[in-house]
Amino acid sequence: MAAIALTGLTKDYPGGVRALDGLELDVADGEFFALLGPSGCGKTTILRTIAGLEEATAGTVVIGGDDVTRLPPGRRDVAMVFQDYALFPHMTVTDNVAYPLRIRKVPTAERRGRAAETAGQLGLTKQLDRRPGQLSGGQQQRVALARAMACHPRVFLFDEPLSNLDARMRLEARTFLKRLQRELAVTTVFVTHDQAEALALADRIAVLSDGRVRQVGTPTEVFRRPANTFVASFIGSTPMNLLPGTVTAGARVLVGDAALPAPVGEIAPGTPVVYGIRPEYLRLTPTAGEDTVTGEITVVENLGSTQLLTLEGPAGTVQVVVPEDSEAAPGAPLHVVPRADRALLYRPDGDGELLTNCPTPGGAAPGA
Amino acid sequence: MSPRELLGRVGRYTLLSLVLAFFALPLLWLATAPFDRTPEIAASWPEFTLDNVRELLDNENALRSLRNSVLLAGGTCALVVTLSALAAYALSRVRLPGRDGLLYALLLLSSIVTGTAAMVPLFNLAYELDLIDSRLGVILVLTGGLLPSAIFILKDFTDATPVSYEESARVFGASPLQIVRHLVVPLIRPGLATIGVWSVAQVWGNFLIPFLLLRSPEKSPAAVVMYTFYTEGGQPDLALISTFSLLYSLPVVLMFLFVSSRYGFRFHGGIKR
Repeated sequence: MAAIALTGLTKDYPGGVRALDGLELDVADGEFFALLGPSGCGKTTILRTIAGLEEATAGTVVIGGDDVTRLPPGRRDVAMVFQDYALFPHMTVTDNVAYPLRIRKVPTAERRGRAAETAGQLGLTKQLDRRPGQLSGGQQQRVALARAMACHPRVFLFDEPLSNLDARMRLEARTFLKRLQRELAVTTVFVTHDQAEALALADRIAVLSDGRVRQVGTPTEVFRRPANTFVASFIGSTPMNLLPGTVTAGARVLVGDAALPAPVGEIAPGTPVVYGIRPEYLRLTPTAGEDTVTGEITVVENLGSTQLLTLEGPAGTVQVVVPEDSEAAPGAPLHVVPRADRALLYRPDGDGELLTNCPTPGGAAPGA
Repeated sequence: MSPRELLGRVGRYTLLSLVLAFFALPLLWLATAPFDRTPEIAASWPEFTLDNVRELLDNENALRSLRNSVLLAGGTCALVVTLSALAAYALSRVRLPGRDGLLYALLLLSSIVTGTAAMVPLFNLAYELDLIDSRLGVILVLTGGLLPSAIFILKDFTDATPVSYEESARVFGASPLQIVRHLVVPLIRPGLATIGVWSVAQVWGNFLIPFLLLRSPEKSPAAVVMYTFYTEGGQPDLALISTFSLLYSLPVVLMFLFVSSRYGFRFHGGIKR
């Protein structure tokens, strides 16, 4: 059991590419922690630096109070599950799972017993004598997990653990992984580019871009209150609508021709802002009003139980999630009302930070 | 089947049979002549006898030369397989400027090293190094000539081994040597088997290098000794030559069959998972 602390972590690759830039990150003991970001944001580099496969250019990696920055990977007491699982194709499941123990010179009989036991916990008893090539994707993933568990590490590191599974298996494996992590209570860091996976699995999420942490928080915090426009557009199955507007009197924001209620707080009227509202928090209304966004439907996407409509209007392009039974057709005009207590205001320049005097959504919103 | 198709098929098989016969007839000679009382240069129905074999077994030069061949082939094979495996692994893992160029240059030059063009300098070099009439000298020269191609073939195998296997083992604490032993060698085993058999066959059939570098007949391998089988009259001793040829080719064929059935031959990498 161990907490992880990354301090001032910098990683320069030969050729002048800076993958990480003075990164600060703390992972609590026993936490299920997600590193989330688009490809090339440095999330895998962080994981590999914790594992010791990459050496940090500057900064320290501390695991369970021990500075491991300069230790080779094998002496950090971590286990890593690779994206392709990296199961050794010429070994049986038992030998794969027992491999870490073989390196630690555990006698053959004992390590076989322990491997069988661990594999049994993950429901692999029938597959013990098979080779990885004879297993399904889900079974291979469980073998990789069993191998990581077999050496009882202080930290698990998962690199895109679910990305090699098909869509249905992925949901199953997600639930399985979460339960397993709860039971083992081993500090776990995993990398993903899938925001839904991060929201579903993690206790806390670090959203990254360009080697920097853009926000760290629980899934609820990151979803409800993205700290900047990058996080706002990255998190959520459909990206948040980010509409340029101006604060006007009466705690409203003028977006196009609509004056929308918003948590304006202390912001002076006339200040340009970005008005953020998720497509799920826009509601259809039959009549146009002062606080409705109006537009013409250009695209209808069926999402099963809901529909995603794209509107073009004076406010710009707005996406709305509506119930499945709404009779929306391209070309028809549409009026939608935002839920005022879910609206967020961002700075239009710089990193697009959340304007600090916004109250926490979900509480009493003054603009509502 | 239309007559036209039938005709085409007949023509195809006739052509195939002719080609096959062209390659098979010399082998037929190898099968009949050793057991013929009066072997000739053409294949003929033998008057069966085992006298030739007896004569061969009495010829101490012949059997000793086979032992020499085994020593030379075994030594070269061991060196080539070990060195090329290490070199191929390093070349596919370490970033080296101009790596591919280096490899192609080596490949090109290797045909010169064991070829006739470099014979004089090679002989001089061996002379200066006091490696004339030494089996080690022959082994080293042959190894040098075979290594580039061996590295080239094996690098394809090591390239095809995912790096994540090694990284995974490193995280579990495996040392580089353990990684090579536990992962790399088993994964490129078909490649190693191919290189091994190929180098044995190359050495087994090589005449020029041992002929030039070895002086004493006691150290000469089979390929060189065969060259000395003449009758007192100065005619090629066909009985001895044919019987010895058969004996000489058997080990390579057997090795080929054994390794092929055990490991399978492949000249390309790729992991079957």
